Amino acid sequence: MASVVYALTALLSAAVTTAGITGLLGVRWLTRIEWLVPLGGFELEMDPLAGLFVALVGAVAVATSIYAVGYAGRDRRGCVAHAAFIGAMALVPLAANVMTFVLAWELMSLASYVLVLDGARAGREASASTHAAWVYAVMTHAGLACMLAGMLLLTAWTGSPRFADWGAAAPALGAGARSLVWALLALGFAAKAGAVPLHVWLPLAHPAAPSHVSALMSAVMIKLGVYGLLRASFVWLAPAQVGWGVALLLVGALSAVAGVLYAVVDRDLKRLLAFSSIENVGIVFVGTGAAVAFAATGLPSLALLALVAALYHAVNHAAFKSLLFMAAGGVLHGTGTRDMELLGGLIKRQPWTATCFLVGAIAIAGLPPLNGFVSEWLIFQALLQNDLLSWPTMNLVFALAIAGLALAAGLAVACFVKAFGITFLALPRSEAAATAHDAAPTMRAAMLVTAAGCAALALGASWVVPALGAVGATLIAAPPPVTLGPWLTLEVSGDFATLSVPAVALALTGGVLLPIVLLAAARARPRPRRFETWSCGRLLQTARMEYTATAFADPFTRVFDFFYRPVRRLDVDLHPESRFFVRSIRYENPTRFIVDEWLYQPLGRVLRAATRHIGVIQSGSPNLYLAYVLAALLLLLLVA
Amino acid sequence: MTTALLLAVLQALVVALGAPLVVGTLRTLKARLVGRRGPVPWQPFLDLRKLLGKTPVVSDTTSWIFRATPYILAGAMLVAALAAPVLTSRPPLAFAGIILLMSLFLLGTFFLALAGLDAGSAFGGMGSSREVAVAALAEPTVMVAVFALALRANTTNLGAIVERVSAEPLLAVNAGHLLAFVAFFIVMLAETGRLPVDNPATHLELTMIHEAMVLEYSGRHLAMIEWASAMKLLVFLTLLANLFFPWGVPADVTAVALLLGLLALVGKLVVLVVALAALETAIAKLRLFRVPELLAGSFALGVLSVSAVVLLR
Amino acid sequence: MLRQLRLAIRTGIVTEPPPTEAEIERLGAQVAGEIRVRFGRSLAIRQVDAGSCNGCELEIGGLTGPHYDLERFGVHFVASPRHADCLLVTGPVTRNMAEALRRTWLATPDPKLVIAAGDCAGDGGIFRGSYAVVGGVREIVPVDALISGCPPSPAALLAGLLDALGRPR
Repeated sequence: MASVVYALTALLSAAVTTAGITGLLGVRWLTRIEWLVPLGGFELEMDPLAGLFVALVGAVAVATSIYAVGYAGRDRRGCVAHAAFIGAMALVPLAANVMTFVLAWELMSLASYVLVLDGARAGREASASTHAAWVYAVMTHAGLACMLAGMLLLTAWTGSPRFADWGAAAPALGAGARSLVWALLALGFAAKAGAVPLHVWLPLAHPAAPSHVSALMSAVMIKLGVYGLLRASFVWLAPAQVGWGVALLLVGALSAVAGVLYAVVDRDLKRLLAFSSIENVGIVFVGTGAAVAFAATGLPSLALLALVAALYHAVNHAAFKSLLFMAAGGVLHGTGTRDMELLGGLIKRQPWTATCFLVGAIAIAGLPPLNGFVSEWLIFQALLQNDLLSWPTMNLVFALAIAGLALAAGLAVACFVKAFGITFLALPRSEAAATAHDAAPTMRAAMLVTAAGCAALALGASWVVPALGAVGATLIAAPPPVTLGPWLTLEVSGDFATLSVPAVALALTGGVLLPIVLLAAARARPRPRRFETWSCGRLLQTARMEYTATAFADPFTRVFDFFYRPVRRLDVDLHPESRFFVRSIRYENPTRFIVDEWLYQPLGRVLRAATRHIGVIQSGSPNLYLAYVLAALLLLLLVA
Repeated sequence: MTTALLLAVLQALVVALGAPLVVGTLRTLKARLVGRRGPVPWQPFLDLRKLLGKTPVVSDTTSWIFRATPYILAGAMLVAALAAPVLTSRPPLAFAGIILLMSLFLLGTFFLALAGLDAGSAFGGMGSSREVAVAALAEPTVMVAVFALALRANTTNLGAIVERVSAEPLLAVNAGHLLAFVAFFIVMLAETGRLPVDNPATHLELTMIHEAMVLEYSGRHLAMIEWASAMKLLVFLTLLANLFFPWGVPADVTAVALLLGLLALVGKLVVLVVALAALETAIAKLRLFRVPELLAGSFALGVLSVSAVVLLR
Repeated sequence: MLRQLRLAIRTGIVTEPPPTEAEIERLGAQVAGEIRVRFGRSLAIRQVDAGSCNGCELEIGGLTGPHYDLERFGVHFVASPRHADCLLVTGPVTRNMAEALRRTWLATPDPKLVIAAGDCAGDGGIFRGSYAVVGGVREIVPVDALISGCPPSPAALLAGLLDALGRPR
């Protein structure tokens, strides 16, 4: 029954994707239903930027819906919420006035909250999962409050709730006023996107939700935060200011490094992917921040380049993150656990899931010839040209961003070696992993299509980049910074940098085939003999002797211990009769989350203290309440 | 078109055949410096030929990744060999930039680390863990060095950098440039597994980084991995020689120019190999958890080089 | 650092010419000619201690030093039997090490050699007849050559190795 709903959702999503692509290519339209919604009516407007994001929502939704047929097709719960979630996400980029936007945004948050809670109930750790849903709800609404405040301020100052009017009226407002509104909007959108330090809900909510929902949330929902930032910086509050760009750059670099550092030490497969989403959002923020900074300092061509790079990375991340979450769902479905310390050897039991995860891992690690490499390359090219700014402080900020991004890229490679290697390779570490079954046919189909999408986004860079350039040109007026050379080469800023992805892919294929051909020609291919792994002649070789996920991350825990601040706890339980015999030893060395400890826990303490003090008013005595009513009445009479 | 193809084949041959020679020469020099006669400089060729004739032993805990990795690694290094300015300033893959080159090396490291984990032994896992940690920590230095070079030459394309720096030869002895060279040299030590980061001749598994990942490989698989590692070293040395000191790198593709370019490269490589051998003989291997300090130092040098380039314009 | 280099250059090369006498006993089948030629120029040895008193190991350790310099013949020691062509086994093969030695031999890719070094590796040496000892490497794995001595000097080891490989001196 639920399968039918999911299949219908897939068809509708395909229609949405088509509509988005037509918008992307330049078809614009506007609809308005005055009576549906108060304070301005229900208004939708399609333009290239909206078309891009709508197409993105639709494309990922098609894949996850087909996936859900096999993954959750027998579970009636959540299929309608899933459809509502996709519908709301498709409406957000199209919204053309405040009420429509807020309604669509809230519907999206509500639907995803229901889905997170559903997934939590189906899962095992009920209390931890309700905590996840609660934190998600609080952070979403805190973000909404900031966003709404900013939008209402802008409505009051420009006199109209329609987004189209803001673009025209904004330059008249003072720089300080625009910065205030921008800050409020940015807080709201950054909280949705999951930038540090507003990211605390992401690693809780994404693992708790069912895998197809996690894929949607990570791939598309957090990109809508980026969409909001782009609209705010380039359309609603234009012209952009340098301070905004610097803020985005620094937040992005911080998110990228912090996200991947937490991902590297995590043992829960889906939480690792959630932290990796934070890293990639950081990378997109760096690109966006660079675009804003360049636009504000009079370098529109570079701004357009950075914007195109950021959009490209957003699209690529949607592709490979949804693939990774779907594959992780396949692992969870087949083994029943997400804990990497209990997995292993799955490449033999789940070959399809393993291959799809490998494609996703190569893509997200930014390795040629897949799409992650191309978009990170473009972002680096945009950042490396910051010399044209000739402003030493800005050069320093950009240098920090470059170094942070490079560190994040290197750590991402390490993270996904761990994720793929520990989960899929060597021997199974538990009974569940040893008896795993592979993904259902619809799940496989969805993953393979997404993997093909990743490859297409990489090999088709010569078409994707100009298309994104056309979208970006609607926000920043500049000549296209990337031209096409011979052999499908991308030429960035003239001859600053060049890349031909098909040539790289072809060269790699040739390079891999050449030794095979040469060895065959030299007849140097005796068949390998099978024998056990070399273990120094030890008689017993079990899965306990393999490297564990925690051990793999040990060098990082040591090098970055100022960031993780691990707390070493060692409890030795001695035999009561003799202190030379040890009964058990308990050793814990968990990493702590400094954002939680330094920001949210003190904030929570302050709030609780404040509510305790204010709570004195609620004494419970009816006489006191009547006195309050009297006092309020007198006050109103005096004021009126 | 045909000249481009011939150049590609020639460059691939030079790197493929020159790499074992460089590694062998390095070993002979290190032996001479400690008072031994040492192996002949072409010993790696003999080792590779012997390995090709052996029947590989493959563990039954491994998967197709273990068997595919040597080919992927060799393929990535061959592409890197074609993307580096070895014989001429414009390599056969003319669009290549430094970022592409470093990403190709990371591709090789990725698969080698997976192969280390695939065997299911503690040695392999340990080697993989350490190798990716060192590679990750070397990345910021690479990008900052790239930034310093790109600032000077106004491009990240390898061929264009070589041509622009060789157009003003005195640019190469500028303070920022030399600092970037030192930073990149330290990155080379880390990425190719030379002392003081990793001892390529160690037999103690607890001190291994690169070797521990390949303990399971035998026969032709081992031959390909050794050959790929040698090519990585040669490409790095070529980058250090031709990118930072592009004197004598020809721009046009004629037989005479190529020969002169090759001779210039050999000369620069001799200097680098002698320096590397002397350094490896005189320095002891760093404790593993001191390596991040070394890499942080190289990062600081990279930042200094960028500042020097910006301030001394 | 510079002091080290100056000392190295001042000292020069101290390698001695290879010894001429050989006390080696050929056991088992001769290794085929072509393979001996190939191994003659490049050989990887994995040393296996099958319960020895470490006297032979100390002598073998001298082979890699500047005076005997095994590497000039293309021979080097490796850590993993997967990388090895030759197992250099010492010790009488205690019962606890018998299975480990057998697995090491199985882990070595073909074609391979086994050279037993020391009197203990031949037939148990001074431990012959003990309850804890199997009594000679040939009881566990097929042996190609035996270098006797208790312990054999590095010169004897070197001569034996070169002779086993059929290398002209």
